[in-house]
Amino acid sequence: MARVAQVRKTAMMGDEAVAYAVKQADVDVVAAYPITPQTIIVERLSEYVADGELNASFIQAESEHSAISICVGASLAGARVFTSTASQGLALMHEILHAASSMRAPMVMAIANRALNSPLNIHCDHSDVMNARDTGWIHLFATDVQEAYDLTLMAFRLGEDRRILLPVSVNLDGFILSHSVEPLEVLPDHEVPEFLPPKDYPYAIDPSRPATYGAMALPDTYMEFRLQLHEALQKVPSVWGEVSRSFEEVSGRRYSMVKSFAVDGSDAVVVALGSTYGTLKHVARRLRDEGLRVGVASLTMYRPFPEDVLARMLGDVKAVVVMDRAYSYGGLGGPLYTDILSTLYRNGVEIPVLNVVYGLGGRDFTVRDAEEVLRMAAEGAERGGFPEKVVWWGVRR
Amino acid sequence: MLEKIIRGEFGYEDLPPAAIISPSPTSPSYKTGVWRTEKPVIDPAKCVKCLLCWVFCPDMSIKRLEDDSVKIDYDYCKGCGICSEVCPTKAIRMVEEV
Amino acid sequence: MSLQARYYKTVKDIPREDLFAPGHRLCAGCGAAIAVKLALKATRGPTVVVNATGCVEVSTSMFPYSAWGTPWVHVAFENAAAVASGIVEASRILARKRGGETYDVIALAGDGGTFDIGLQALSGALERGHKLLYICYDNEAYMNTGIQRSGATPTGAATTTSPAGRVIPGKRERKKNLVEIALAHNIPYAATASISHPLDYMNKVRKALEKDGPTLIHVFSPCTLGWRYPPSKTIQLARLAVETRYFPIYEVEDGRLRINVRVSRPKPLEEFLKLQRRFQHLLKPENKHILESLKRQVEENWSRLLKLEEAGVRP
Repeated sequence: MARVAQVRKTAMMGDEAVAYAVKQADVDVVAAYPITPQTIIVERLSEYVADGELNASFIQAESEHSAISICVGASLAGARVFTSTASQGLALMHEILHAASSMRAPMVMAIANRALNSPLNIHCDHSDVMNARDTGWIHLFATDVQEAYDLTLMAFRLGEDRRILLPVSVNLDGFILSHSVEPLEVLPDHEVPEFLPPKDYPYAIDPSRPATYGAMALPDTYMEFRLQLHEALQKVPSVWGEVSRSFEEVSGRRYSMVKSFAVDGSDAVVVALGSTYGTLKHVARRLRDEGLRVGVASLTMYRPFPEDVLARMLGDVKAVVVMDRAYSYGGLGGPLYTDILSTLYRNGVEIPVLNVVYGLGGRDFTVRDAEEVLRMAAEGAERGGFPEKVVWWGVRR
Repeated sequence: MLEKIIRGEFGYEDLPPAAIISPSPTSPSYKTGVWRTEKPVIDPAKCVKCLLCWVFCPDMSIKRLEDDSVKIDYDYCKGCGICSEVCPTKAIRMVEEV
Repeated sequence: MSLQARYYKTVKDIPREDLFAPGHRLCAGCGAAIAVKLALKATRGPTVVVNATGCVEVSTSMFPYSAWGTPWVHVAFENAAAVASGIVEASRILARKRGGETYDVIALAGDGGTFDIGLQALSGALERGHKLLYICYDNEAYMNTGIQRSGATPTGAATTTSPAGRVIPGKRERKKNLVEIALAHNIPYAATASISHPLDYMNKVRKALEKDGPTLIHVFSPCTLGWRYPPSKTIQLARLAVETRYFPIYEVEDGRLRINVRVSRPKPLEEFLKLQRRFQHLLKPENKHILESLKRQVEENWSRLLKLEEAGVRP
């Protein structure tokens, strides 16, 4: 490491950590609408603005739809923009999520992941962000509070990079991370601008150079514009490499697109998103001491999908269990499962894959559950297959 | 570039990001005059330079000259006939396009 | 006539320059095109336009052709007021943090994008008090999608979703009152206008832009295709709407309502209706009751405005 800043050790809830990062990012416009479990983020931000600690325009919109619309306008005008939401709020934003990415309006949105109605449920799952999977956003997942803080800072730098210019979501598990106090290392304020200079948006609205944003495109050009969006996302992995190296220089913390534990030399790997990674890792460490050859992986970046990394990582194992905290109803399984199946198939890796659908609506996933899943994975590797394709974990029948 | 796009000579990387049209306006490259079935003809002798035709033309196709006389820009005039209708001296008449 | 400051006293004062360019694809004789052209002539300096989805939006931004001489942003149908809010706030905070100029922002939407789907975003923007001008060009139906009824369609009018049927002859419900909805947010300025009265309209646009807060102008813009009349009659119809008291021209400022175009001897409403196919069925004897009800609405509305003006209050 070239130079690691003087860090400050503290402890915060996930929501507070995100708000703190947004303040340090010297954001210009925050527009949001209250929804559990993200509300603490915007409460803290409004306090920072009210106390003069953050020079920003804080706008509480009359709906999430307007909140994200305000963000698009502000981003095109050249401002650094932040919003946060969850669940129904993200669903209400959905239409404009597509506009934000295809208009190339960078912004950062924290999603305190929560289940969707109905029945009403305020607890954690990933159904909200999975609905937004194909909207052209970059989707990042935090596995703990430190990552929620780090990824928020990195998200601004990544999305605002001139080669990218895309909106980024930072996902933190509702309540499990949003409301849990965990130890946290924050960068000193003065170190942040070096890592994250003010936004310099090349297409910012400028009355001295009139331009038309959000034009109508007919069938003769529409596909070309959509391919442009895909290509911008394809550039993310290399820019991410630069951003994470630069972040490592100030923080000492290294981020790859996929984080993993004990995958090398393992027979089986369990893949998950978000805080479940920590639970799995905790148990896997103990099981490995007992001689069980299982590893754990988690996607820090879910979109763009890190196909190459996963194909390499899973290429030599005998079985994979994919954990999904969301489901494609009437489909083949959870969204992460089908993504990984496709990755393995088109990279010529023929191994059994089990989908564990778990934790919907905040159903607890304990260390005991993690142990069972890890043992199942090892068993699948040993037997060369799983008795089922998809398991709904812990459902009462 | 505009000319190339109009002629269909482009790949996706040639198009501006996010379909941003810059600089604008560019619509004068599209001549709406071809829509016309009737065209307005001004009789300068009757024109009292009231400028109402210029004010109400939805297509910016009536030019206000230095002396406040007016001239029709047939490149864009769609032939709606508003100018003829609002003219207080009936100085503009609509004639069939041939 | 009021004693208000006037920026444009005669037609000769109207600037020669246009920020709205020819080559747009709006219909021949389009009233909304006139509403846009005149509004842009009345801007006072750097101005950004945010446009809701609709006729004006699709017909002026067909890639690679744009008719806009100002920065122009379209995001979706229902959020013009919200997008405009974001641009206003961004320009202000960036000017504060980094220096540089702010600019005026106009949100532009049709009646569908205002009275119906965009009403919530409009309410939010007005309540939050952003400094922006919202212009609703009202052609009394969803014209872009093919003439469907909106909350601005008047009683009795035939549209493709409120057809003049044998049992139900046209729209049954009343038109919403947009200006009064806007005024309920305690904004500094709201007005109606008609493209037939360009000086009044342009002075209102200019005045609204000078206010330090959200303002709204509801401008009446006939639609040749949707109302089914010959394109040459656009201005005549807009004028008849005013002269029959069908569309009163007034403004509300500093807590007072002022009628700007006094119509002491109104023309019969039929003169406005009979030029349009959307109202033809109302002129038949069996639908006389609907015509009468529409006339009552018009008269009630006018006398209420008179009373408010006389009392020196706002609705």
